[in-house]
Order: sequence, then C-alpha cells, then structure tokens
Amino acid sequence: MSDMEFTYAVARIRALEVSLFSASTIEQLIACQSEESCLQFLTERGWGDSDTPLNADAILTRESEKIWETMREMRIDMSVFDVLSYPNLFHNLKAAIKEVCSEETHPGIFFEDCAISPKEMMDIIREKDFSRLPANMAHAAEEAYETLLHTRDGQLCDVIIDKATLEAIYQAGLDANADIIRNYAEDTVAVANIKIAVRSQKTAKSLDFMKRAMVECESLSVDQLAKAALNSMDAICEYLSGTAYAEGAKALAESTSAFERWCDNRIIHTIQPQKYNAFSVGPLVAYVLARENEIKTVRIILSGKANNLPDDSIRERVREMYV
Amino acid sequence: MSQLGIVYALLGAALAVLLAGAGSSIGVGIAGQAASGVVTEDPSKFAKVLIMQLLPGTQGIYGLLVGFITLSKVGLLGGQVAALTPQSGLMILAACLPIGIVGLISGKYQGKTSAAAIGIVAKKPDQFGKAMLFPAMVETYAILALLISILAVTNIPV
Repeated sequence: MSDMEFTYAVARIRALEVSLFSASTIEQLIACQSEESCLQFLTERGWGDSDTPLNADAILTRESEKIWETMREMRIDMSVFDVLSYPNLFHNLKAAIKEVCSEETHPGIFFEDCAISPKEMMDIIREKDFSRLPANMAHAAEEAYETLLHTRDGQLCDVIIDKATLEAIYQAGLDANADIIRNYAEDTVAVANIKIAVRSQKTAKSLDFMKRAMVECESLSVDQLAKAALNSMDAICEYLSGTAYAEGAKALAESTSAFERWCDNRIIHTIQPQKYNAFSVGPLVAYVLARENEIKTVRIILSGKANNLPDDSIRERVREMYV
Repeated sequence: MSQLGIVYALLGAALAVLLAGAGSSIGVGIAGQAASGVVTEDPSKFAKVLIMQLLPGTQGIYGLLVGFITLSKVGLLGGQVAALTPQSGLMILAACLPIGIVGLISGKYQGKTSAAAIGIVAKKPDQFGKAMLFPAMVETYAILALLISILAVTNIPV
C-alpha cells in the first residue's frame, strides 16, 4: 500500500489520540486512593464497555481488544501489524504444544485475537500437521513439539519458540517499507537479547544456551554480549555502554525494574516522531504501541494499588506516555 | 488551415479546465479521506474539516474561469467564431497552460497539506485558524498562475 492509502486511517488515529492518557492523567490515576477508585476513574474515561465487570482484568482485556477492533475498522492491510502480533501468535503455539504434550487443558491461556484461532492451533498440533502453519512457524513448532515430547524440557521448548518469535519479528522488520517497523523490530530483538544475557548471567547459563536463545541483529553483537554475560553483570553493562543501548546499561545497573521501564520508554521515544506524520502506516503502528504501553502502565498502577504499594513505588515503575 | 487556430485555442481552454480540475479532484479527494477519518470519531468537527476539504477545490474553479474567458475570447459562446491564425491559437494555448499545470500540481499538494492540517483540527480544534493558513499558502501559487493566464488570454490580439 502506498503512504497515501493511509490518509483516512491516520486522520482517524489523530482524533483517537486525543483520548490517550497523558502523564498528568496517569498522575491523577496514581492519586486515586484504592484500586476501586482507579477502576471508577477508568470507566469514567470510557475504558471497558457498559457491560464490562468492574474488575481490572476484564477492563484491561476489553481495552486490548478495542485496539485491534479499531484497526480492523480502518480497512487497511493488516499484514503491516504482523510485527506486533507475532508475540501473541507464537505464545498460542507454545501454549498449544504444552497442552497437547501434557494432555491437560488450562482455560484462559490463549490469546483469542490472532491470525490462527486457538482451536485451529490446537488441531494443527494435535494432528502434527505443521505445514498448515506459516513458514516462519512450522519448523520451530515441529522442533519444539518433538523436544518437549521426548525430553519433557519445558524451558528448551520455550527457548526454541521464543527464538522463532524474535526471528519472525526481525524478518518482518527487514521486509517492511516503514522505518518505524524496521526500528521497532531491531529494538525488540536487541532488547530481548539483552534480557536473555541478563537472565543467563543471573542463572549461570552456558555460552551455548545463550547463543541458542539469542537472535543476530544489527545493533548488537550476540557473540560479544553472550561472552560478557559469561563474565559478570558489569561486563554486560560495559559492553552495552559502547552500543546504542548505553542508557540501558545505566538502567540495568540501577535495577531490573528500571531496565524494564527503560526498554518500554525507548520504544515510546522511537515512535514519538509519528505524532507529526500525516501519512503512511507509521502513526497507526505508533498508536497500537502507545495503547499497549498505556494499558501496561495502567496494569502496573492497578497492581500497585491492589497490593497497597506506596505511590512513589508505583511512580518509579510508570512508563512514559506517547502524548 | 484556417481552422487550426481555433483548434489550438480550444485545446488551451480544454487543458486549463482538465488539468486544474484534475488537480482539484485529487486534492479534494485526499483531504476528504482525512476529513472522513476525523468525522468518524468526532462528528462535531464536521464544519471545520469540510472547510479544509474545500480549499483544494479552487484550482478547478480557476481552470473553469480561464476556460470561459478563452471561449468568450474566440467567440464560441456568442456564436461568432473568430478567424484565428495558427499563431494566435498557439498564443492562447500557451496562455492557458499556467493555470492548467500549476492547478494540477498545487491542487494535489494543497490536498496533502489540507489532510495534514485536518490532523491539527482533530487534536487541537481551537487552532483551526492557524491550521487553515498552511494549505492556504499553496493557494498563492494557483492565484499567481490564474492571474497570468487571465492577463495573457485577454490581451492576445484576435
């Protein structure tokens, strides 16, 4: 699709951006006394539907569904959002493999709003008909299924599928015409590699394990990052300080939650210029990411309120807003 | 041979109307898509975005005006067709080109600027006046072209 094909959708997104939460709205939400008053605050601003129960999960799930309902109404080629939908799709693959291999059923573990429905995914795995999956999933699905069936090693199964997810995201980024999708894919893969390095360092994983889990990207050297992780956390920070993720190294030195916040804020900084773009798919992708970031931030605040965390502790974890 | 002059003159009138009209239709179409997007979410902004959508429509009117003047000049409207030499016909054709070509290009770009300005109205409706100035700037060049086309067509001796 040419950039001009998105004119209607971008203008509609501009109108919708008015209702995105700003930093001051988030501050008002934090100032609410309890989780109930937070939920009341959210419903007054149109979160959930009139028939949505007044509980955090129901409201946040409904808001996530609304994002994709809105995008489908735009009548655009939804493949531009592949890069954003892969994590949920591959999560469903992981869940289906585990359910089939363990012969147990666990309600509510699938994302409903995916290109392949949970029922179809279960049928594919049960029948071992991996050719019905997209090309970037089929091989990983078969390998993960066989691995879990023969070794019962759930972590190895996770590693295989998580790596396939990152590779699919990276490839979607390379194939995309829009800069925002390329940058998002690069950042997502690089940040995932950093997270793998940090966790592997803490759990003393081997070099082979890290290389098996990490995905090559342009902005980081997987080899150097994995070797740094073998040494110490300081070595990871030192390596990162010489890359585009130097700020991340500082956050990492501070705490894990500071690093998680930095990862999300980095994505928001990447999409900020889309506020001034009147054409192309960029503002649409930015809106989806901004909404997901908003929902994640609200979830953090609601969890904090439910667990009676002090406001300052909640504020430390709050992400930057798009508007 | 005596008909060639009038053919050139008519071609000029046709190009003025065709090219400028095409520019306006492209521009109004682009701005219309953006306007529809905003009204889908917020129907209260209908009047403001409609004005924005209409801005690229003027090039078509300018082309029509030059077309009328040309037809009148060569006597086609009054029934007394002037005996134009090929040179005079070509001069009229050349005189019609500024509004035709500038109308086409400015119409398209004014539409894109209007679509962007509609984004301002969507987020900050109180900034409507400032938002309207951006696409209005593109209009300047359509008006300059119109001026030259009218001056040239009316002053060519027939």
